[in-house]
Amino acid sequence: MKKINTRKIKQIVSQLCIEANMNLRKDILNALKKALKVERNKRAKRILREIIDNARIAKTERLPICQDTGVAVVYCEIGQDVSIVGSEFEKAVNEGVREGYRKGNLRKSVVSSPIERENTRTNTPAVIHTRIVPGNKLRITVCPKGFGSENKSDIRMFEPTATTKDIKDFVLDVVRNCGAEACPPLVLGIGIGGTFEKAAGLAKLSLLRPIGKRNPKKHIGRLERELLGDINRLNIGPMGLGGKTTALAVNILEFPTHIAGLPVAVCVSCHATRSAKKVL
Amino acid sequence: MIKIELPLDRKKRVSLKTGQRLLLYGKLYTARDMAHKRLREMIRKRSPLPISLKGEILYYCGPTPPPPGRPIGSCGPTTSSRMDPFTIPLLKKGLGGMIGKGRRSPDIRRAIKSHRGVYLIATGGAGALLSGKVKRASIVAFRDLGPEAIYELEVEGFPVIVAIDSRGRDIYDEK
Ligand code: SF4
Repeated sequence: MKKINTRKIKQIVSQLCIEANMNLRKDILNALKKALKVERNKRAKRILREIIDNARIAKTERLPICQDTGVAVVYCEIGQDVSIVGSEFEKAVNEGVREGYRKGNLRKSVVSSPIERENTRTNTPAVIHTRIVPGNKLRITVCPKGFGSENKSDIRMFEPTATTKDIKDFVLDVVRNCGAEACPPLVLGIGIGGTFEKAAGLAKLSLLRPIGKRNPKKHIGRLERELLGDINRLNIGPMGLGGKTTALAVNILEFPTHIAGLPVAVCVSCHATRSAKKVL
Repeated sequence: MIKIELPLDRKKRVSLKTGQRLLLYGKLYTARDMAHKRLREMIRKRSPLPISLKGEILYYCGPTPPPPGRPIGSCGPTTSSRMDPFTIPLLKKGLGGMIGKGRRSPDIRRAIKSHRGVYLIATGGAGALLSGKVKRASIVAFRDLGPEAIYELEVEGFPVIVAIDSRGRDIYDEK
């Protein structure tokens, strides 16, 4: 049994919160640069340049890429041959988030009760997803999620006889409804199948897949490609001011579902789609 | 790019046209959801407001805390439409303009037109870049709201685009 102390977990989570918020993912940065090359709309090009510039400034001046440093979504894949020692696991993750958001001067955006809305002033609790996997490693991924885009996410429970066209129309509607508020160019995570919450979970999870990598399942890879093409013909563009760069990627994950249903969840993310990971 | 000194009096406002790029110099106030809610309450109760809105610009922004040696952290715009339900009473109090991101409702567009206001947009998610344009920042009201407090910002060359001008022309309808 490999032992991992919760002190270490706290420290890693703290570092990852800062890292994710200040260093734009390489794959996103590359996708933005590629978009700048193919974009023809002058205003869109100018905004893309600003966004790329912003990432450079954030990195060199150690500032958050975006002021909405999000809710910390933390994915933990725990090898079944790992033994976690020290304090409580989730407490350690939350302490890591608290420390990272304090040390990194990140914004504390979490309110304790969605109804009463008192800021917890620590950006905790984090949203923690834990999975037990084979092996003796612990993989932690921190994904700060901003709410300008999160608020535009949507889910629909389709009939099992719905067609790919129905699914596409739904996704396009979600994107149209985003306008500029979700800070396009977007990254779209889509979960198809499973149950209500499984589809939503897959949608968010798929945001972690590097931009440009297709789902290896042929029919899903094709759907991703087609949707990306359709979305980029909507002329929403960076900041909603027109252009062909409305989305950088469409990432889809599917899961078996019930004979009576076809859940589709769309998690909307922005050009500041952030994540950082570490394997212990 | 047009350089504009703040505050934005009526004459300056009516000279602006949708689609123009501006660089702002001078004073802005930040305010987002909770600050708007409180301002509206105060107006309803006829209590004095913590800031005068006459000719001023409200920037829809909740910045990150300043790292040592900087006046402010990352400070990009937040979604403007969430402020729509609170905006008309503020325009009635003389508010000159607003900075945010995204569309406004038809009601707000009409109110901007009738009050000869202006709606400006900044690049969403460019908080680090915009941070460099802020030379000074201090909390002037609602400190207890944390990132949602009202900050007074002194900006130099703060880049925005005119999204709704005083004639009610909307950039999002024209692209
Ligand atoms: S949608 Fe994304 S880029 Fe835009 S303000 Fe929110 S977190 Fe920042």
